[in-house]
Amino acid sequence: MNHWIIAPVILPAVLGPLIVLWGRFDMLLQRVFSGFAVGALLVLSVVLFVSTLDGQTQHYALGNWPAPFGIELVLDRLSALMLVIVAALGVLVLWHAIATGWDRKGWHFHSLFQFQLMGLNGAFLTADAFNLFVFFEILLIASYGLMIHAGGKARLAAGLQYVVMNLAGSTLFLFALGTIYATTGTLNMADLGARIAALPPGDAGLVRVGAVLLILVFALKAALVPLHFWLPDTYAGAPGPVAALFAVMTKVGAYSILRLSSIAFGAGPATDGLMEDLLWPAALVTLAIGAVGVLGARDLGRLAAWSAVASMGNLMAALALPGGAGVAPALYYMVHSTFAGAAMFLIADLVASRRSEGLGLHPAAAMAGGGLLGLMFMAAAVAAAGLPPLSGFTGKLMILEALTSRPEWPLAWAVMLGGSLLMVVGFARAGSVLFWKERDPKAAPAGGKTSADIPADPDALPAEAEEPRVQTSLPAPRALSLTAAPTVAALLLLAALSALAGPALTWAEGTAAQLTEDTRREAHQPVPRGMGAPLEIPTGHGEGGH
Amino acid sequence: MEVLVATAIAAMTGAGAYLVLQRESFPVVLGLAMLSYAVNLFLFSTGRLVVGQAPVISAQATGYTDPLPQALVLTAIVISFAMTALVVMLALGAFLERGRDTIDLEDDPEARP
Repeated sequence: MNHWIIAPVILPAVLGPLIVLWGRFDMLLQRVFSGFAVGALLVLSVVLFVSTLDGQTQHYALGNWPAPFGIELVLDRLSALMLVIVAALGVLVLWHAIATGWDRKGWHFHSLFQFQLMGLNGAFLTADAFNLFVFFEILLIASYGLMIHAGGKARLAAGLQYVVMNLAGSTLFLFALGTIYATTGTLNMADLGARIAALPPGDAGLVRVGAVLLILVFALKAALVPLHFWLPDTYAGAPGPVAALFAVMTKVGAYSILRLSSIAFGAGPATDGLMEDLLWPAALVTLAIGAVGVLGARDLGRLAAWSAVASMGNLMAALALPGGAGVAPALYYMVHSTFAGAAMFLIADLVASRRSEGLGLHPAAAMAGGGLLGLMFMAAAVAAAGLPPLSGFTGKLMILEALTSRPEWPLAWAVMLGGSLLMVVGFARAGSVLFWKERDPKAAPAGGKTSADIPADPDALPAEAEEPRVQTSLPAPRALSLTAAPTVAALLLLAALSALAGPALTWAEGTAAQLTEDTRREAHQPVPRGMGAPLEIPTGHGEGGH
Repeated sequence: MEVLVATAIAAMTGAGAYLVLQRESFPVVLGLAMLSYAVNLFLFSTGRLVVGQAPVISAQATGYTDPLPQALVLTAIVISFAMTALVVMLALGAFLERGRDTIDLEDDPEARP
């Protein structure tokens, strides 16, 4: 048994509390620990990623309890990919947070960050549905803390909404798990697949209800219409680096849908085709609404958030294709959209710390370093809207090609291409206002204040409420060369992903094949279970019990 | 017994859903607590309601009750308890900062003429 599989969960779980207990008053120590943790995670996840390239699925039985009884971690190509995405994004976001000084603006940024990584890694590794719930809670609790990091009126209000929404979602998650457990008697995902396939017809309705509830929960996390309403306020209200880290949170929802639909709900008449029927219309509407949101956004934070919604539409449209035809393009697009979304939020954060009027899309005094920032914004916009030469274009191209396997593909093409056009217009408008339209600092302010202004810097709040500040008195931001480096690194990653599109797609196709293969092969023999009858316990389970 | 438990779960879920949809944060917090009680009871009943049977293997047992839902409920109780405490603190913080007890995101009527 390869014990390194659990290391991506253990490492942040140990370092998170250590940072609180040991480095509480020492920012340097916190940064060293946190930096060490993400660096080690990146190395670890790349090593694990390489170890999965041979196509073997590695199992890790926690406490050495055998699979359907104990909780199991599973490392396959998909979960290894997600680990690498999390670790790479963690490095970039932490780098940005330290370079811009965001981690100093409130308490416990670094330890919350570690717990967030722990929850994400655990959610991507576990093969047990209830354990998935527990890791969801861990990553959500950490995200509540990160979301309201540095405080401020607007952020607390947005944070409260985010927490309430997610608590309702967690309750729904438990209802779904309860329904599924009551019908099938198991929570292990592979075992679940085997039992759902062999379910008596009378129980099919109950499992269907449970499955739909589960999809609802994951769709809430993935911000699919009509459950997307929380995302723009949350992401625009969160601190810049946290919003960038949240770019992977919507992918947790997409990952869970993909994982459960391939392994648990893939086979059997009870849940056959359920995912496709539900997700397909939702994905297209999400895409359209996201694109319209990009066009209509009145500040850069919301613009970035709506483009994240639109990218989830693209992703889910590919995942909703029957027979897993779109899984490979979807995986490619998932990598791309995580880093493109993160780059967009990091740029928004850099702009907010330099611009006299925050992120509002109306003319303001010229900002320091506007040229380089404008260039970076253009690159990120090109990636997010899906124009060549960056990876958004190749990703969308692959998805468009895969969509032809559905009879309604002309409609999907129209929505996708129309949405891309709207996004190009929206990004171009935002960029030209932000970086080109300068206002004479002495003249009266043009354009009213938008109600959506959430200054990224909480120190700027008191002055904001009264009169629009004509002469800027922002605290001098750090040199752009230091703070922009992680964003540039994210953009370079996108360029590399575009250049290596061929090998990446070959890898993604292998992963998709492994997922569909698992559905067929992994079916455990259902373990007999009935109330009132003694349970059959396999021998040899006790060695890890103490 | 089944009818009683099912009715209790349904009543609490209904009350919780109604309260969560309110505008002030206090009823929302109450509603979330109510929903978590309902779901705990629901989880408990997913192993079927069995009276007076052992949950662990023993030679004398005539039958068993399912021990797994009990473990699940324990986990769920711990999490929901912690989350209720957190959301109370957060609602209090938002109330003190904004001077209002609503969970909407509208701007302050006083601050913006």
